[in-house]
Amino acid sequence: MAAENNNRISSFFRTAGVQIAEPVVFIGKVVSQFPSLFRKRGFRRKEMLYYLDLCGAKSIPVVTLICFLMGAVLGIQAALQMRKVGTEIFVVDLVGFSVLKEFGPLMVAMISTGRAASAFAAEIGTMKVNEEISALETMGIDPAAYLVYPKLLAMLISLPLLAVFGDAAGIAGGMLVGSSLNIPFQAYWARTIAVLDQMTFLLGVAKTLVFATLITLAGCYCGFRASSDAQGVGRGATSAVVLSIFLVVVADAVITLLYSFIGY
Amino acid sequence: MTNAKNIKLEIKDLVIGYGDRIVLQDLNFHVRSGEIFCIMGGSGCGKSTLLKHIIGLFRPQSGDILISGQSIVNATAEERRLIMRHFGVTYQGGALFGSMTVAENIALPLREYTDKSRQEIEEIVNEKLELVDLAGFGNFMPSELSGGMCKRAGLARALALNPDLLFFDEPSAGLDPITSAGLDRLILSLREQFNTTIVVVTHELDSVFAIADRVIMLDKASKTIVADGSPADLRAHSENAWVREFLSRDGLKRNAGEQ
Repeated sequence: MAAENNNRISSFFRTAGVQIAEPVVFIGKVVSQFPSLFRKRGFRRKEMLYYLDLCGAKSIPVVTLICFLMGAVLGIQAALQMRKVGTEIFVVDLVGFSVLKEFGPLMVAMISTGRAASAFAAEIGTMKVNEEISALETMGIDPAAYLVYPKLLAMLISLPLLAVFGDAAGIAGGMLVGSSLNIPFQAYWARTIAVLDQMTFLLGVAKTLVFATLITLAGCYCGFRASSDAQGVGRGATSAVVLSIFLVVVADAVITLLYSFIGY
Repeated sequence: MTNAKNIKLEIKDLVIGYGDRIVLQDLNFHVRSGEIFCIMGGSGCGKSTLLKHIIGLFRPQSGDILISGQSIVNATAEERRLIMRHFGVTYQGGALFGSMTVAENIALPLREYTDKSRQEIEEIVNEKLELVDLAGFGNFMPSELSGGMCKRAGLARALALNPDLLFFDEPSAGLDPITSAGLDRLILSLREQFNTTIVVVTHELDSVFAIADRVIMLDKASKTIVADGSPADLRAHSENAWVREFLSRDGLKRNAGEQ
């Protein structure tokens, strides 16, 4: 009995160890290939442009729509409460700060987990099934560097830009609700400009850089560890989305805490 | 060791497996320069696993693999990548990169490792495509090619850097007899033209008798090499009854019947 328990405990720790070690090894591999970006032809412009289009340009409509609705919903909920005490004008503050600090960057990240993380995992998983990853390796090309960096750079460029679109759409959504509360567009806009500052906007956008890194790494990692069959690719894509949502939310909590130390 | 220079690939006391499970052990063999060497065995005996170890994708549990005298097992990651540039691998399904055209696939190693101009690369790509009988297919996407064409395009990519050692993983798998015979002729002509050393993993008897100078046979039960020699010689004179049966027509029919 004791031996069996010992076995169970040791196998638990072994499994837990592997669970922790695997992502660390993966990140180590990716980071160790960073210098290769500066080698001749290390920077793959064509691939990066492809992902810039996939994760950036093609996400603009959905990001704009979702953030617009988010701003409107926030506005309605805020108005319902504020109306009780006759302070409807503070709806502008609440929508403005919530969108810039949280909902803009977070919604952009959530849409990217669905679009980018799953696509990255499925792509890398399928390449594994087709032995394309093995082919890269035996050509002497490091798959981690070859496949991760173009995606990472594209995400680091596109997510902050999407967040700007998201922020604008969110405030527009609030504005629409405001007009139904008898806050005219001009007054809404004037109040928005008066209460929001550049730093709030920039710190919100800066968050997306962290989200972009986490989503890309989670997507690629789940692709690389997917088992080499059709089901494995599907499972890899699913776990990429779940893992990146989890990481984004945890990171958001940590960043919000850090920002609070510097007074934002 | 007077003939050490002639040995292209040497396997010493190799043990391979996954975790606690040993797949093959006590592997000792070598492949001479310019030889066509086949690794044979029934399904699931570890032929493809052995190949993946030889080309450096997996680490063996013990033993050594020397390619042109350099150990791929004990090499650092950077050294291993250097060794890998000197051989080509043709994978079962071709393993072409689906996001690139056939020509871009073949050009990739050239762009990666040479200073050749765009035009020089294009010339080499066309030359390699012609070599594998795919002239004019450069602008096709891999998904638009048939299975046999994908394999040949994969071969063209493997040949891009003019390697003197080539590995084939099941070249005839999934091909009709005529296409498969065409691929055999291609393998023979590569050796004739460039004196390329070729290692083939297969269980297609027709292919083996057509191209192989020497074969090793792997056995699932004893987990090691049970025969080593020329295929015709082994069929006639092997002491092992299973080997004779495998290599004879009867064995082939019985094997085909099992599948």
